[in-house]
Amino acid sequence: MALIELAGIERVFHLGDSAVHALTRLDVGIEAGEYVAIMGPSGSGKSTLLNLLGLLDRPDAGTYRLEGRDVTTLSADEQAAVRSRRIGFVFQSFHLVPRLTAAENIALPMMLAGMAAAERARRVATALKDFGLEQRADHRPDQLSGGQRQRVAIARATVMQPAVLLADEPTGNLDRATGDDVINLLEALNAHGMTLIVVTHDQKIGSRARRQLMMEDGELKFDSARPAAVAG
Amino acid sequence: MRSSDVLRFARDAAAGYPLRTSLSVLAMAIGVAAVVVLTALGDGARRYVVDQFSALGSNLVIVLPGRSATGGFSPANALTTTPRDLTVDDAFALTRLPSVRRAAPLAAGNSEISANGRLREVVVAGTASTYLDIRSFRMAQGSFLPEGDWSRGAPVAVIGSKIKEEIFGGSPAVGELVRLGDRRLRIVGVLRPVGQGLGMNTDEVVFVPAAVAQSLFNTNTLFRILIEARSRGEIEAVKREVTAVLKARHGGEEDITVITQDAVLATFDRLLRALTAAVAGIAAISLAVAGILVMNVMLVAVTQRTGEIGLLKALGARGATIRNAFMAEAAMLSLVGAFTGYGLGLFGAFVLRRLYPVFPAYPPDWAVIAALGTALTTGLLFGIMPARRAARLDPVQALMKH
Repeated sequence: MALIELAGIERVFHLGDSAVHALTRLDVGIEAGEYVAIMGPSGSGKSTLLNLLGLLDRPDAGTYRLEGRDVTTLSADEQAAVRSRRIGFVFQSFHLVPRLTAAENIALPMMLAGMAAAERARRVATALKDFGLEQRADHRPDQLSGGQRQRVAIARATVMQPAVLLADEPTGNLDRATGDDVINLLEALNAHGMTLIVVTHDQKIGSRARRQLMMEDGELKFDSARPAAVAG
Repeated sequence: MRSSDVLRFARDAAAGYPLRTSLSVLAMAIGVAAVVVLTALGDGARRYVVDQFSALGSNLVIVLPGRSATGGFSPANALTTTPRDLTVDDAFALTRLPSVRRAAPLAAGNSEISANGRLREVVVAGTASTYLDIRSFRMAQGSFLPEGDWSRGAPVAVIGSKIKEEIFGGSPAVGELVRLGDRRLRIVGVLRPVGQGLGMNTDEVVFVPAAVAQSLFNTNTLFRILIEARSRGEIEAVKREVTAVLKARHGGEEDITVITQDAVLATFDRLLRALTAAVAGIAAISLAVAGILVMNVMLVAVTQRTGEIGLLKALGARGATIRNAFMAEAAMLSLVGAFTGYGLGLFGAFVLRRLYPVFPAYPPDWAVIAALGTALTTGLLFGIMPARRAARLDPVQALMKH
């Protein structure tokens, strides 16, 4: 059973009178533990695909199965619960809450899930150690460097031990060296079994993934796992 | 999300934007403080008036000649048109009633007093020895009118403090002879200053025995009969008995009016309570304004923190969780504002009491409860809309705004 199964996914945006097909007839399967890069020019639908995978958006047609369960028909609250426990997000602009310290930012998903304070503290301590942020626990985001901020964000994304980690241009706001550190960190997480899906327009980063999905005009143009099937 | 976490999150969010938070807290505080101070003023005025009335004398019942309100048509009304006068004998008859502790006749008129080479227009009050206790007056020098037969008055007079001041200055007045109209009277006492009461300034009144006043004005009627009931509870009994006795004495006709101090007091009390409530209502407008301000502040907060809301949704926050967090924040702003305002209001009332010690400016309990309640309710009520807006934000759109 695949971790993620998309079948016949369609997503249409209505801008005035015209309908924009952000995703058309999308059929993709991703196994647990895979390292996938979604690539393509802007407007190709890669961000829309990531939002769908993260249950932030709903398809207009098709089914999305996560761990065998059809999640497209779930209510908003049920989807929130799935996001809370099974999906981790890493954003280009980090999305740290500015008034909270690094430790509090990492604890945020656990707090939202209603986890007990003691368990939260234990997991935050572990995460801070794993990501080399022990000295920065009480620093607010504006007291952290870009690389440190993204490390806090990754720690926050993984602290609930999700099934899949979705990264949207995780290096977009970082310089080359820091960006490489972040990619190394994400790859290390993948090496430990975390399914990693990275959206990027950077060829160099995309080529490091074991599988590439090329998007264009809302269609999947190329899947390195099935080169023949989708070409054309 | 646990409620303690919701509260902590809301508190940190409020603390994260100090200017915005302190401004809305200030608005709410001013609203509540306004209600507290203004009702303290209104209720202070009420208490002041009530206290002043109580100083008139306790358990006072006043009988007036004539009927102020007709009791419908009756043959007696049709036959007689002029009410009978109140007389000294009427007043004396009332002293024998069981519920009456004291009664005093009161005949009044204007005359001139001359002594010591000075002449002055005065109000003359013809009454009896009991008047002093009924009105709780105190003597400055000498004694009040002597006890004795009310229909035969001794040629004596008691003068108010202002008359004493104006005619005798610093020299003693007791024992001096004065001319009042065409009478020569000996001053037996001077009252302590008391000020305004029952429509005349007691400090400018000359008290003489009722019979002296009646012969001075060539009349045998009374202006009022003042009665002191044995207790507060017996005021109604006094009213009933007095009416019955005087009706019997006046040939079966109820041609008098009995008013109680309670009735007058109750009217003023009602009047000033209504005034206080009106003032509180006006001040409550500032509370509503504060509520709307809290709503604006929360709407700004939702706009300012759209990215954060999107993030919370991405991290698995349900709509209800986000709504609760924003509601909690609005409630906190209102709560802190309300209690700050309560403190400010109490301080304001304290300052008022310091500046005007005679004025008992304490905010009434109902006003305080209403102010705090209204503040919290408006805060929560006006917090609902922004909180719902936050909860309904589309996460994809929200995440793009950062």
